[in-house]
Amino acid sequence: MKEDIYILGIESSCDETAAAVVKNGREVLSNIISSQIDIHTIYGGVVPEIASRLHVQNINGVIRLALKEAKKSFEDIDAIAVTYGPGLVGALLVGVSEAKALSYALKKPLVGVHHIEGHVAANFIEHRELEPPFVCLIVSGGHTHLVIVKDYGSFEIIGRSCDDAAGEAYDKVARAVGLGYPGGPKVDKLAREGNPHAVEFPRGEVKNSPYDFTFSGLKSAVLNYINHANMTGESIDKADLCASFQNAVVESLVERTIACAKEFGFETVAMAGGVSANSGLRAAMEEACRREGFKCCYPAPGLCTDNAAMIAAAGYYEFMKGNISDEYLNAVPNLKLGER
Amino acid sequence: MKILGIEASGLVASVAVTEDDILRGEFTINNRLTHSQTLLPMLKSMLDILGEDVCGMDAIAVSAGPGSFTGLRIGAATAKGLALAADIPIIKVSSLEALMYELSSDRADIICPIMDARRGQVYCGAWKNLEPVISERACSVDKLIEELSKTEENIIFSGDGVPVHKEYIKKRFESKKNQIYFADSTNNRQRAAAVAALGLKKYSDRLQKKEFDDTLMNSDDFVPEYLRKPQAEREKDSGLLEDAGARSLRKIANGVKNQI
Repeated sequence: MKEDIYILGIESSCDETAAAVVKNGREVLSNIISSQIDIHTIYGGVVPEIASRLHVQNINGVIRLALKEAKKSFEDIDAIAVTYGPGLVGALLVGVSEAKALSYALKKPLVGVHHIEGHVAANFIEHRELEPPFVCLIVSGGHTHLVIVKDYGSFEIIGRSCDDAAGEAYDKVARAVGLGYPGGPKVDKLAREGNPHAVEFPRGEVKNSPYDFTFSGLKSAVLNYINHANMTGESIDKADLCASFQNAVVESLVERTIACAKEFGFETVAMAGGVSANSGLRAAMEEACRREGFKCCYPAPGLCTDNAAMIAAAGYYEFMKGNISDEYLNAVPNLKLGER
Repeated sequence: MKILGIEASGLVASVAVTEDDILRGEFTINNRLTHSQTLLPMLKSMLDILGEDVCGMDAIAVSAGPGSFTGLRIGAATAKGLALAADIPIIKVSSLEALMYELSSDRADIICPIMDARRGQVYCGAWKNLEPVISERACSVDKLIEELSKTEENIIFSGDGVPVHKEYIKKRFESKKNQIYFADSTNNRQRAAAVAALGLKKYSDRLQKKEFDDTLMNSDDFVPEYLRKPQAEREKDSGLLEDAGARSLRKIANGVKNQI
């Protein structure tokens, strides 16, 4: 019988310092996250220099805790997986330098993982029976991609945002409405109390690219709406505004994802990334999949946001394919999906 | 006692192994700022040639700052990963003091390392007989010269701040009684050998007894010494931080006004 494989995952691409131990790419033995969100909230967004400083401060403690909670020691670990891009360069460098040093001193293989591939792999943890191929909508603060997951770690990009990422639009609207940072969960919560058809905001279309997204027009429409109301002294129903904005975002995400699954003949639709924790998006995608007879997958909220378990899961499949990194591995802040 | 020295506070990437009062090996590169691609490959080839292993070290001495924020973090995270894996402590060494230590047998009375800190400042300090006479700080070259010229002693300068400020320093000291010198290429930049030697010199007693403090520590607790707060924090403290939401709203308001 084949032995079990244990991967130590390390993630530091943005504002979470995280480490996890995952068994055979699917079973999470520990998933430790040291969140910096309270500090960055003061500044209304992630401050790269502060994030990088906190990563250095916390990383060893987080790794130690991940091993302790998994009841594993370094000797039990088969490989070390680390996010090397995309993300904030200073933040990525902390995890990459740490992982390379660990890998060298422990004489364990190193696996560089694409952060977004990690988000997709969160679905393998949540749905143990899920196997490629399937359609996946990747939505986060930095990314909006519609992809076909052809195999583990193999993607074909069908559509992407040509301007703001969906999560970015959420953050900007939240700030304008005065909800603060992080915008996604706050807008989502308020949207539940509002009328999604109170204001008809435009659904952006990208000419000749039916699967691409655009959110900058929508964002401007919302900001103009607020500004117009402020200038004319009209009061704004924030719940209605959030519900209408969210409805517009969700509709364009769901519509394209379902159309893609239909055109390319897939019956499984997955979602990944921080915005896939959005309750409005989940409900709408579930509903659309039910209507089409598709299977709808998404990770638990804790696995949607940045974490190291997903990095370990993605790292497992790279490790099994023999994709090992060497001591020259560098942080690649603008690493594209599918690139190595 | 074997100490691994790591230095990445400036353009120089350097690793060294010191065993008691012997330098066993040193690998130093002064190329471009790509420490994330040079530091570990250098360490690996040095230890391979030496036939040494990280686990055979008693401690890791790290050049902790001041210096380039990113460089300091690459050095720090590398040292923390190695120390965590090998279960050995970290010795926190000042980058400036290590620069000074390279010149400790120089004939000059005062040793003054200066590192380019941008924004018209240098990271600097001054030592006499290994004792600090000007504490480590980020300040203008003028402020530093003012402090240094309070004495009439001979001064030697080193560090990557020298090429930026050499002519100015020379000119300012023309009218003063101090003799000034500039260190040459054998010891005018950071070297891990100095970091390791200084670390060993300062902490060998305590290292044997495992008496931890804020310089000899468990790798979990080690953080670089930046000497400067992040810019966003400085702006917040001075009340300059402006909410980005307010900014984008104002931009749109201006746009709307223009349309009307």
